[in-house]
Amino acid sequence: MPLYIGGTKINWFKYSSPQAFYPLAGKMIPWFTIAALLFTVPGLYFSFFVAPPDYQQGEAYRIMFIHVPAAWMSMFIYVVMAAYAGMGLVFNSRLSSMMASALAPTGAMFTFLALWTGALWGKPMWGAWWVWDARLTSELILLFLYIGFISLQAAIDEPRRAARASAILALVGVVNIPIIYFSVKWWNTLHQGASITVSKAPTMAASMLTALLLMTFAFWMYTIVVALLRVRCEILERERHTEWVAQAMTGEAR
Amino acid sequence: MKSRHKRLAFIVAGLAGLGGVAALVLNAFSDNMVFFFSPTQVFAKESPEGRNFRLGGLVEKGTIKREDDGLTVHFVVTDNHKNINVTYTGILPDLFKEGQGVVAQGRIGPDGVFLAEEVLAKHDENYMPPEVKEALDKGKADSIKAKANSAAAGTSATGTTTLISQ
Repeated sequence: MPLYIGGTKINWFKYSSPQAFYPLAGKMIPWFTIAALLFTVPGLYFSFFVAPPDYQQGEAYRIMFIHVPAAWMSMFIYVVMAAYAGMGLVFNSRLSSMMASALAPTGAMFTFLALWTGALWGKPMWGAWWVWDARLTSELILLFLYIGFISLQAAIDEPRRAARASAILALVGVVNIPIIYFSVKWWNTLHQGASITVSKAPTMAASMLTALLLMTFAFWMYTIVVALLRVRCEILERERHTEWVAQAMTGEAR
Repeated sequence: MKSRHKRLAFIVAGLAGLGGVAALVLNAFSDNMVFFFSPTQVFAKESPEGRNFRLGGLVEKGTIKREDDGLTVHFVVTDNHKNINVTYTGILPDLFKEGQGVVAQGRIGPDGVFLAEEVLAKHDENYMPPEVKEALDKGKADSIKAKANSAAAGTSATGTTTLISQ
């Protein structure tokens, strides 16, 4: 196998083999599902009942508790996906490429969700569903990058070539992430600035912040669950001709 | 150098180069990437002349005047340096009010009044319950009052007045 299995002493790379990772992912899924539920239920409760209405936007601001975590995850997943794709490129490890393709649909979904909830929020507050300001436009480009990544992978039959080509696309697209994040700072936009930054205290009430963070962790855990589910399918599909998959399948069938 | 080290170096160099190119391009285009122009920029002739552009700023307090038809509204957009008079006919967003951020699309008429075709409200990144906002406003009003009182009492140095108001 052309894999890097880290010698005999350190077995650090053991789980970079799809065969070893497949059962590990299966074991992790229930735990992350529980974690996702543990964050979602109080997250929604805080979002709808504990967080007070806003002084300006009343109840309508509550869409933020979906919009902001979705937007954060859309950027975060992209960086993780590009890192996996880059690892696949450098180390030739198939599992990294599989992880990258497992993350892409969830990232695209969160990007779409951020844009959609943003439109729903923008109409009553700003007075427009959509404006071509730097923040909105760069987030739309992120959606196209995700779609491009997915389609490029689907367009090339040979998995290794597909992984390599899409990895380059993913890495080039990383440039867009700081542009999205800092767009509200670098240019004047209709979109407001960041409420939560590393450099200063958050500009929102504490209970609103709690709701926002709970929902973010909920989305994060959800992402891990669906990525693991998807990567397991991907592993089976790409390794279907191997001995171990045949064995695993007959074992599960029994 | 192993081939994977070479690949890694290639990717890192490629990304660094790409980042540099992106920075230069964005820098070159930065004038075209603004969503709106402030009144100061408009007075400095930075906004396009003879065609539509977006004007952004705050609605100056006490300047909103509605005409009898109920739809036409006049107000002043300010960035605390320069002011521009704006006329708009149509439905305003809920957040439109005095002191609020606003972005208006339209053009400057021959009389120097900005004729808006679309008015969008811009809100800031502060979220808080109404009670907190009231408390904050009250605190601000109190400190302004204290400043005024101390000014009336003859303390002219600004340093002293801020000390007192705190």
